Amino acid sequence: MELLLNIGAATEKGLAYVGGLAQLLGRALAGAFASPLKRSLSFQRATHQAMAVGVSAIPVISFITFFIGVIMALQGAYELKRFGAIHLVADMVAISITRELGPLVTAIVVIGRSGSAFAAEIGTMKVTEELDAIETMALHPIAFLVTPKLFAMLVMMPCLTIWADLMGVFGGSVFGIIGANYSFGSYFTATRDALFMRDVITGLVKSIVFGLVITGVGCQEGFSTGAGSEQVGRSTTSAVVTSIFLVVLVDLIFTAIFYMTSGM
Amino acid sequence: MPSNEAPIISCRDLRVQYGDREILHGISFDVMPRETIVILGGSGSGKSTLLRTLVGLEKRASGCVWVTGTNLCTASDAEMDEVRKKIGLSFQGGALIGSMTVGENVALPLREHTDLEESTIEVMVRIKLQQVGLIKFEHFMPSQLSGGMKKRAAVARAMAMDPEILFFDEPSAGLDPVTAAGIDQLILNLKETHTVTIVVITHELASAFLIADRIIVLDAGNIIAAVPPGELKKSTHPRIQQFLNRVADTAAEDNVDHLRLFME
Repeated sequence: MELLLNIGAATEKGLAYVGGLAQLLGRALAGAFASPLKRSLSFQRATHQAMAVGVSAIPVISFITFFIGVIMALQGAYELKRFGAIHLVADMVAISITRELGPLVTAIVVIGRSGSAFAAEIGTMKVTEELDAIETMALHPIAFLVTPKLFAMLVMMPCLTIWADLMGVFGGSVFGIIGANYSFGSYFTATRDALFMRDVITGLVKSIVFGLVITGVGCQEGFSTGAGSEQVGRSTTSAVVTSIFLVVLVDLIFTAIFYMTSGM
Repeated sequence: MPSNEAPIISCRDLRVQYGDREILHGISFDVMPRETIVILGGSGSGKSTLLRTLVGLEKRASGCVWVTGTNLCTASDAEMDEVRKKIGLSFQGGALIGSMTVGENVALPLREHTDLEESTIEVMVRIKLQQVGLIKFEHFMPSQLSGGMKKRAAVARAMAMDPEILFFDEPSAGLDPVTAAGIDQLILNLKETHTVTIVVITHELASAFLIADRIIVLDAGNIIAAVPPGELKKSTHPRIQQFLNRVADTAAEDNVDHLRLFME
């Protein structure tokens, strides 16, 4: 009985957290259309965020997904070689990167760079009364802080994911050329033939949802920061851990949905 | 003071509860337009809670608070925004937005809430910074300023919209006597040059006697005096005598208890 109660309480807490996220994101979306803030200035803040979230993340995402492309090719080739099917390495890398690893690795890098930064920024603003100051100036904190981040994220996550897909395939091609008798051209032809539009699109759909989760959790943790600078550290850690957990959970749910709707 | 004018701030039986502990026990007072009121009280007397209630940050209040003719307890979000455009609050630590320069901080409410030309806004920002003696620091970041300068910059930002009421939260707390005297002088100058109502929350006796038209003494959530400075010195109320003569509390735990409630 005690156990059931605990499970119930934990479930209720989890659902309340997700409900809180949905409410925050809903208010951030509403803030784009119905807030006293000027559109042009919100757009400026969103572009500024897009630079921080997206453009500055390109180098690190490029390197990581390039290496993951090479690693996938190496790991795949190890097994494929036994069946004399090493030429399938291009297909394997293309599908695993576009469907799964491109969006997931991008999300994890963005959590580390931006999700944590959102929590730390908003948390510090709470501790230094800046959030109260924003509120007393009749600038709504959610519209002022979360809305630009949300829009930056919704635009930049798919962009970064496409770039990550490309770099992953590029990484795979390096192994393909050195280890599997591909030429640069033939590797990319093989990749193109292996991929369906659906593979890329499901990855992009996931990346948009990941963007929602990362923004929501980062900002939510920031707003719920208690008093004192120590709490900012706690919020940041919690934003990273919760975001990674929820991103993987959302990934599972969406992959299952895609699997069931496609029947493959 | 003409008696036919309506009070600009009016509190009736204001109660604020954190959990089951009541911080303000039904206090009532009026502030007339262009009056300078100092709310004096020790730590845990409820003065910060009172200030937060007057600017609409503390929403757990019962009773009635009218600020510039709007009842804060029943105001809609849009009405609350209108009230907030008519008030300015200078925070204890300044609460300047750390990612913006001093000038941008002062310009923020003007940019968001008015349709003024950018050139006009720049001139207004310089006028406000001139008034607080920070004209040379327009392009500095808040982190590059000293504590006293941050407070003055916060005053400039609070005055940006030419508010009807200017609130100061502990203007001299944490400052050396010379800088604190400078802030007192700044408040006196504002009083002379602007037709503005000033509400100052402080525990500094010297500054209270210097700037106040009327002093409201708050003790453990009750108003124990609301009199001009001259009369306060003659008061025979034991708590006021204790405050004026800096006599330590016999039951020190009491204060600590109140303090803890503020941190929650």
